[in-house]
Amino acid sequence: MPVLKIDNVVKRFHNKTAVNGASFEVNKGKIFGLLGPNGAGKTTLIRIITSILKADEGVVYLNGEKLNEFHPTQIGYMPEERGLYKKMKVGEQLLYLAQLRGMSYKDAKKAIVEWMTKFEMQDWWNKKIEELSKGMQQKVQFIVTVVHSPKLIILDEPFTGLDPVNTELIRKEIMKLSDNGTTIIFSTHRMEQVEEICEDIVLINAGKVILDGKVAKIKEDFKENKYKVEFAGEINNDLLSGLEVEDRDGSSFVFKLNEGQTSNDLLKILLDNGVSVKSFNEILPSLNDIFIKLVTD
Amino acid sequence: MKKLWLIIKREYLIRVKKKSFLLITLLAPLAFATLTLGMGFISGYMATKSSKKVIVKDDAGIFKSFNSAKKGNTYDFTSLPLDSIVNTYDKEGYDLLVHIPDYDGNSKKIKVQYYSQKKPGLITLEKIEQRISEAYKNYNIDKSDVDKELIKSFSVDVSLENAKSNSKNDKTGKLSVIIATALAGAMGFLLYMVIFIFGTQVMRSVMEEKINRIVEIIISSVKPFQLMVGKVVGVGAVGLTQLLIWIIFIPVIMMIANLIFGGGIDSSNISELQGQINPDDLKGFNFSQVINEFFALNWWVILPAFILFFLGGYFLYSSLFAAVGSAIGDDQGESQSLIMPITIPVIFAMIIMMNTLNDPDSPLAVFGSIFPLFSPIVMPARLPFDPPIWQVILSLVLLIATCVLFIWMSAKIYRAGILMYGKKLSIKEMGKMIFKK
Repeated sequence: MPVLKIDNVVKRFHNKTAVNGASFEVNKGKIFGLLGPNGAGKTTLIRIITSILKADEGVVYLNGEKLNEFHPTQIGYMPEERGLYKKMKVGEQLLYLAQLRGMSYKDAKKAIVEWMTKFEMQDWWNKKIEELSKGMQQKVQFIVTVVHSPKLIILDEPFTGLDPVNTELIRKEIMKLSDNGTTIIFSTHRMEQVEEICEDIVLINAGKVILDGKVAKIKEDFKENKYKVEFAGEINNDLLSGLEVEDRDGSSFVFKLNEGQTSNDLLKILLDNGVSVKSFNEILPSLNDIFIKLVTD
Repeated sequence: MKKLWLIIKREYLIRVKKKSFLLITLLAPLAFATLTLGMGFISGYMATKSSKKVIVKDDAGIFKSFNSAKKGNTYDFTSLPLDSIVNTYDKEGYDLLVHIPDYDGNSKKIKVQYYSQKKPGLITLEKIEQRISEAYKNYNIDKSDVDKELIKSFSVDVSLENAKSNSKNDKTGKLSVIIATALAGAMGFLLYMVIFIFGTQVMRSVMEEKINRIVEIIISSVKPFQLMVGKVVGVGAVGLTQLLIWIIFIPVIMMIANLIFGGGIDSSNISELQGQINPDDLKGFNFSQVINEFFALNWWVILPAFILFFLGGYFLYSSLFAAVGSAIGDDQGESQSLIMPITIPVIFAMIIMMNTLNDPDSPLAVFGSIFPLFSPIVMPARLPFDPPIWQVILSLVLLIATCVLFIWMSAKIYRAGILMYGKKLSIKEMGKMIFKK
């Protein structure tokens, strides 16, 4: 059973339809990429999942139940535009927000101390947010999102504004949470991060799902049968006339297979002609390429 | 309910725990007293400074019996021809030259001309007019055969007393009115301040959450309505705390002052605390009498009603301020045009309240004290004058009903407004939100 099921959700504002019949599922323990260009309807969709907005049509199921008032306590949400009370102390703030998420004072305090220790910020309890650096604020923001041990965590551009050290720290924590069975929705338009982290993705454009599935499968579907060959020595120009060359750079070529041709066929031609092959790799399209291709089509 | 309580607690504690809260609570009454005393001092100072030196060219000879020992403008007389004095009066240090023309003894309308280098104040002119017409009257009496003593014997000195007064002192009736007026003014003014100060605090707090985006995290845990109500209640509780501290402390301070000063001091000092009252009115009352009258007011009605109007007025206006706070875009400077529609009724109420002090039962005062947008400021100013109880109850019922309506409306605007970033909302758009499902 999927942790989250979006079933034909529609949301309209005045005369604009922000989400237009979106449907997809998110499986337990997965890191799920919610992708789309600006204005595609990602934030609206997230707001519907987090009960900030109500869908005009369609249903959202969390753990098989229609979204109800108790679900927000099971969701952790980090909006793209981060927000904390600047004048409030770190400890007080975390306690307040954790209790709003339904934790008791005692549990909240315990969990906060644990997280603060993990992020080596035990001494910050009485510091005001405005006294912290941006990276430190991000850490506090992350704790706000995860402190109540949510089953589903929604991160909207979680790495924006983080230095490489903190990015790595947060990335590791996301992986750990995922390993422990927490489902994570990762909304971004930075594709290299998605490829690194996500197993499944959904691509939204103009309020509609235009692509949905496993990253590996999608790449497979969109591959163009291109192979990169690195070799030693020279290549005979006569040999090249029978092959489609996409790109060449010194001693490496990118070939595109012809109709009906397999990678083995290509390799055989090369070997038969005495080319000394150093490496032979299939070129898969990056998500970025697929994203641009689909969105601009 | 638990979450609402958490929000109220945060909004309350974050303000009360600040050092500035304690400071303001203790210093505000002091500042208020200093301000009114200062204003009294300045206007008193100005009054002495504003007396003008007037030179009179009296062709009619009516000023024979002129008594210049009175306070105010000083008058001198000249027999020089008008042509020459016109050119020299200001060099000789006079502010005004008044020329009284020949008088035939019959005219009922006389034009007296004045010369002045600077534009004289209206009050100065009126005072001079008064003195001159008095001089004409005395002149005419002197000229007639009527016995002056006879005319004097017609005059009676009247002093209006309150028949209900239960005090033995024959002047307390009037004193009670004076104290009621002072209290009414103070309460009306206090509510005016409360609505503005705490209303704006609610608005700022809403704007802060919207601008730094924390609102998204919070309303994914609680309903926007809960957040708004929690905020309004929390800030209101701060105001109520402050008010209760003052309600407890001010009588205590007054009692201590009474013990220290006994009946020894001239209570005209107190009158200066209230700009509305002429200090002369309080002459002859001692401090204990003032205290006694103060405690003799109908506090069992005044105090609870005052607190109810405080709450009603605060909730009504602060919910509107919350709606405005949510409608403002990222640029806080844009708020002015949205705040205007809220401030106008408050200022109107303040003006009606001022008139109420002079005539607490005038139709305007009665209307203002019942109409819900004005009543939180105007009714408290009527309370010390024992208004009919049905009017107080009607006013409260209307106020509570309007409050509920406004909170409902504001919540609709708030719910949509806090999620709209970028540009501010127009009043038209806000209207649409109210009627949207």
